[in-house]
Amino acid sequence: MSHFARFARAVAGMAAGALLSGCMLFARPPKDLDYSRTRASAGGAYRATIVPQGDSIPRNRLHRWTLHLETAAGAPVDSATVAVDGGMPQHGHGLPTKPRVTRHVGNGDHVVDGMKFNMGGWWVVTFRVAAASGTDSVVFNLKL
Amino acid sequence: MRPPRLALVVAALTALVLTSAAVHALTAGARTAGPRWSAAERETLRTLSLASLGPLPKDPSNRVADDPRAAALGHRLFFDARLSGDGRVSCATCHVPAREFQDGVALAEGMGTTARRTMPVAGTAHSPWLFWDGRADSQWAQALGPLESAVEHGGSRTQYAHAVAAHYRADYEAVFGPLPALDGLPEKAGPVADTAWRAAWARIPPARQQDVSRVYANIGKAIAAYERTIGFAPTRFDRWVDAELAGRPQTAESALTDDEVAGARLFIGRASCVNCHNGPRFTDDHFHNTGVPRPSVALPEDSGRATGVRQALASEFACTGRHSDAGPDDCAELRFATTEGEELVRAYKTPSLRGVAGRAPYMHAGQVGTLAAVVAHYDRAPAAPAGHSELKPLRLTARERAQLEAFLRTLSAPVAAPPGFLRQP
Repeated sequence: MSHFARFARAVAGMAAGALLSGCMLFARPPKDLDYSRTRASAGGAYRATIVPQGDSIPRNRLHRWTLHLETAAGAPVDSATVAVDGGMPQHGHGLPTKPRVTRHVGNGDHVVDGMKFNMGGWWVVTFRVAAASGTDSVVFNLKL
Repeated sequence: MRPPRLALVVAALTALVLTSAAVHALTAGARTAGPRWSAAERETLRTLSLASLGPLPKDPSNRVADDPRAAALGHRLFFDARLSGDGRVSCATCHVPAREFQDGVALAEGMGTTARRTMPVAGTAHSPWLFWDGRADSQWAQALGPLESAVEHGGSRTQYAHAVAAHYRADYEAVFGPLPALDGLPEKAGPVADTAWRAAWARIPPARQQDVSRVYANIGKAIAAYERTIGFAPTRFDRWVDAELAGRPQTAESALTDDEVAGARLFIGRASCVNCHNGPRFTDDHFHNTGVPRPSVALPEDSGRATGVRQALASEFACTGRHSDAGPDDCAELRFATTEGEELVRAYKTPSLRGVAGRAPYMHAGQVGTLAAVVAHYDRAPAAPAGHSELKPLRLTARERAQLEAFLRTLSAPVAAPPGFLRQP
């Protein structure tokens, strides 16, 4: 085997090793992620905006978000049932807490309490919204 | 006149040699000036410094948490072996102040042998969850667990109330107000495993049970006031990182070796330790299954956080319980705790790494004997005996494992405490 072939094989082996190993834990998030704080739901039924209390998202501290919901046409959605879920796709774990909507304050605004993020990296938070326009999910990407 | 071809070649070679020497000198210069850190790495390093630790969070569930008289009382209670079934076990028996408030053995020894490793005390006032499985949500709720455990202090609730009345009446009443009447109450009774003591407790009228439990809760609150004063002192790592980030030259007290710096780089980078061991206490205060093996001695099956969170919610000494001083909105950690899911099975609290080198053996039941073996465990990432390990193999070299260990050894310093608080009062 030539030196080059041996070198190429070694590089390929290292690359494969990196993919199989704990590198996933410190992998960079996909490049094309949308970190917008206003997003459309997957089926297009709703538009949601998140407003973390204090604007920046703290690490390792319980805090509150406001979730603003409106229909695709822009009408505020007040009587929604909202389930909160999320986690770190690259680590395979969920949120450290069980956040939930604690108050509906009108004008489409919902208070979400119990938000917490216990490590840095790429997080997703999903709101499953059930209201007059149907049931739909909206996903937010966060970089902490 | 055209220069001879040989002269050109010599000139070219000379230029090449000089350029390569210059590059080499520059590289060497950069190395001696210290490693370079990316902006993200600098930010991560900053969050690990003790200088990033904020003030002690309030404990609204304990109204005497910051009362110095309560701390002084708690100091005496912490060392008092009369608060035990056999008069020989105090908090300080296992939480030895001179040893970072731990005992250096795999399974703590009180009146019997427990199923878990003694945890250190420093900085726990910052922790939302206490014990390896987080089955207590405050320092005071934690302190009450061992007192009624048959294998730890092995005493009972009425016994402790009588002890306070006999030995601490004035100091107790100065902090908490008048003691209730305890006359006629059995010497030993409580909602504990011992059947005779349990039966005696059941015969006490509920109102008097509550009086006794209130005194018992206040013992925990005084001990918590004492423990709140036990904190961290800056380590060599803190001095190094503060100088590094400020661009100050390192001194003999702050300098880290090349291996220790390489270990720091692995810790916040490729080895991913900082995912969970983050912030100035090197913990995310959360619970993780990291594939820690079962102990070699036979113990009941231990499901970690899966059981711990239920115990925390059900505890009569929880933030939401009748003995807590908290308001209805104060107990957010408990109200928003994750209570179900595979992730809780055999998940244990991320321990702080401050002082870690002095606290062998490691893990929740002392399963891993040395710091080198701990690093090897995380490198190897074995499958969990139950539930699913969050780890993936790191594939570090032996040199890299040694560098990580060297870095971990820079995180030690004696605990910080008010004068006299580390000694028997």
